[in-house]
Amino acid sequence: MGRQVLRGAPVVAGVAIGRCWWLRRSGEAERTHADEQAGDPFERLTQARALARAELEQLIASARDRLPASELAILEAQLLMIDDPALQQTYREGIAQGKSPAASWRDAVKRFSQLLRALPDPTLRARAADVEDIGERVLRHLMGASAAPELPPEPVVLCAEDLVPSDVVALPTERIRGLVLVSGGPTSHVAILARALGLPTVMQVGEGLRAVAEGSLVLLDAYEGRVVLEPDPVEIEKALETEKVHESERQRAEQQRFEPARTRDGYRVEVGANIGRAAEARAAIDAGAEGIGLLRTEFLFVDRDEPPTEEEQEQALRAIAEALGGRPLVVRTLDIGGDKPVPYLPLPKEDNPFLGLRGLRLLRRSEDLLRTQLRVLLRLGYPDLRIMFPMVATVEEFRWARAVTTDVARALEAAGQAIERFQLGIMVEVPAAALLAERFAIEVDFFSIGTNDLTQYVLAADRGHPELSDYQDPLHPAVLRLIDQVCQAAHAYGKWVGVCGEAAGDRVAVPVLIGLGVDELSAAPSRVAAIKDEVRRWSREAAQQVARAALNASDAAEVRAVVEQARAGL
Amino acid sequence: MERAVFRLVNRSGLHARPAALFVQTAARYRSAIRVRSLTRDTSYVDAKSILGVLGLGAECGHEIEVAVEGEDEREALAALKQLFEQTLAQEETT
Repeated sequence: MGRQVLRGAPVVAGVAIGRCWWLRRSGEAERTHADEQAGDPFERLTQARALARAELEQLIASARDRLPASELAILEAQLLMIDDPALQQTYREGIAQGKSPAASWRDAVKRFSQLLRALPDPTLRARAADVEDIGERVLRHLMGASAAPELPPEPVVLCAEDLVPSDVVALPTERIRGLVLVSGGPTSHVAILARALGLPTVMQVGEGLRAVAEGSLVLLDAYEGRVVLEPDPVEIEKALETEKVHESERQRAEQQRFEPARTRDGYRVEVGANIGRAAEARAAIDAGAEGIGLLRTEFLFVDRDEPPTEEEQEQALRAIAEALGGRPLVVRTLDIGGDKPVPYLPLPKEDNPFLGLRGLRLLRRSEDLLRTQLRVLLRLGYPDLRIMFPMVATVEEFRWARAVTTDVARALEAAGQAIERFQLGIMVEVPAAALLAERFAIEVDFFSIGTNDLTQYVLAADRGHPELSDYQDPLHPAVLRLIDQVCQAAHAYGKWVGVCGEAAGDRVAVPVLIGLGVDELSAAPSRVAAIKDEVRRWSREAAQQVARAALNASDAAEVRAVVEQARAGL
Repeated sequence: MERAVFRLVNRSGLHARPAALFVQTAARYRSAIRVRSLTRDTSYVDAKSILGVLGLGAECGHEIEVAVEGEDEREALAALKQLFEQTLAQEETT
């Protein structure tokens, strides 16, 4: 076949080299004639189910320690599926119609997987794959086939159409160097598992992967999402070296995570963490965060029938404040909309919840809720509290929120309840707020750019739309131009700008953002060390050059290419 | 025949673990137990079938109706009530 490069989605970073080995599930393998063998079809199913159940139980027992609880729950639900009375009833109907045992079973499984696949809820829809998984498992025994195939003794790069969680836990992972899938998805359960196991993984390679012969040498570059067939020795060496560099970079970043992030020429960038639960504050600081750049307060409000009491809110926030010990704390007031049901909020069913009553728009209709939240925050007496309002589109909205805050603060002051210093700012998600940044800059203390929503609104592409994920790149020049405007306006008035969207945690976005003048980056705690490391790699001047080129690019891919090129020359 | 309506307050609705708990509880009783989603207006399914229960598509905030018929119907309904109002409600809201 010769050297060839296939591309897919990088899911778990790393490099793997080994012989390709195909995991073929029985549904894809050649059918044997076992189906025609004699025996009572009901007795055969009972036996096959017993074998499949025993297999799965053993698997659960062996995987108990290495799997997150949510994955174990799925395997346990699969046990119940094996014994599902409705599934067996459908099998019996198939037999009664004169179908073979295998066909009856396959049809029964298909009926339920289709039923699940048609559900509106994506998490429930994902259970369709679990039914198919146990379907295969039982089918294998029903047809008298032997259990899971033996892996070769030498470690392999495992290739498959797609995998389900039970496939992965059934595999002896010490004999697998990497994982390549024809389909799959970065948010699937298998991806979560592969991440937990630290297996370099590339998914969605497409049908081209099917042509890769078993036993051929594969170089898996899961940093870039590349699958190289029959790589040459130089290339292999280079990949291994890159891997070494990545690993030492990771270690260096880890060691220096408590140091401030300064560019080579000494320009300081604050790096904070986004958290959504009180318990995460301590972990964020341990991960190297210099503060909390985004506290999502939704955790206090969702999954309940009544709003949280003032005491409840206060308790959670005090715990966070204590963990932070005076470091900056940026709190976003409740940001919710019609896409999440909250029984005690006036959330009508909307055709377009992302363009509807959400964020501050909703709080205006539930002013008491906002007042309570502000009272709790201001009563903390925290030395560096920064409050921001989500989904602001007009200056008037911010003025209203500020008036409410001032009112709450006055009442607390009159009652002698401590309020230390606080800043008031806005999230920049709505393009209107970015375009009017100059007007806002006069009135706000800071801006925090929510790049995920800003990108969705600028490119008019639903964040969750499965076919529009290409539009969801915050490095699109249209988004960057808005960020540029916000930075310029803010700095003209001496205000600071943060980025708390996913872009802040994206290595490639870091130089562009600091080049545009962003003062603070806030991302998931697990990204903090790497972001600081990335900041230290650049000089402010080099970052500014990259940013200028990015603003003049025509799409996000071009921006990414510009950054990578400049980075290679650093 | 005993009937009751429950509103799902746990975050994930009747997903993997909550659905499994529901089916396991139902399976402990001899009575015939059926369940349907009022919110999605489905027909009744066997409460002892995990696939049937998952197929209700019951999400957080949805209402489901449980109908129990048989010698231990009272006990069965009491157990399910406890599951929805205590076990599941506490487990996933904290």
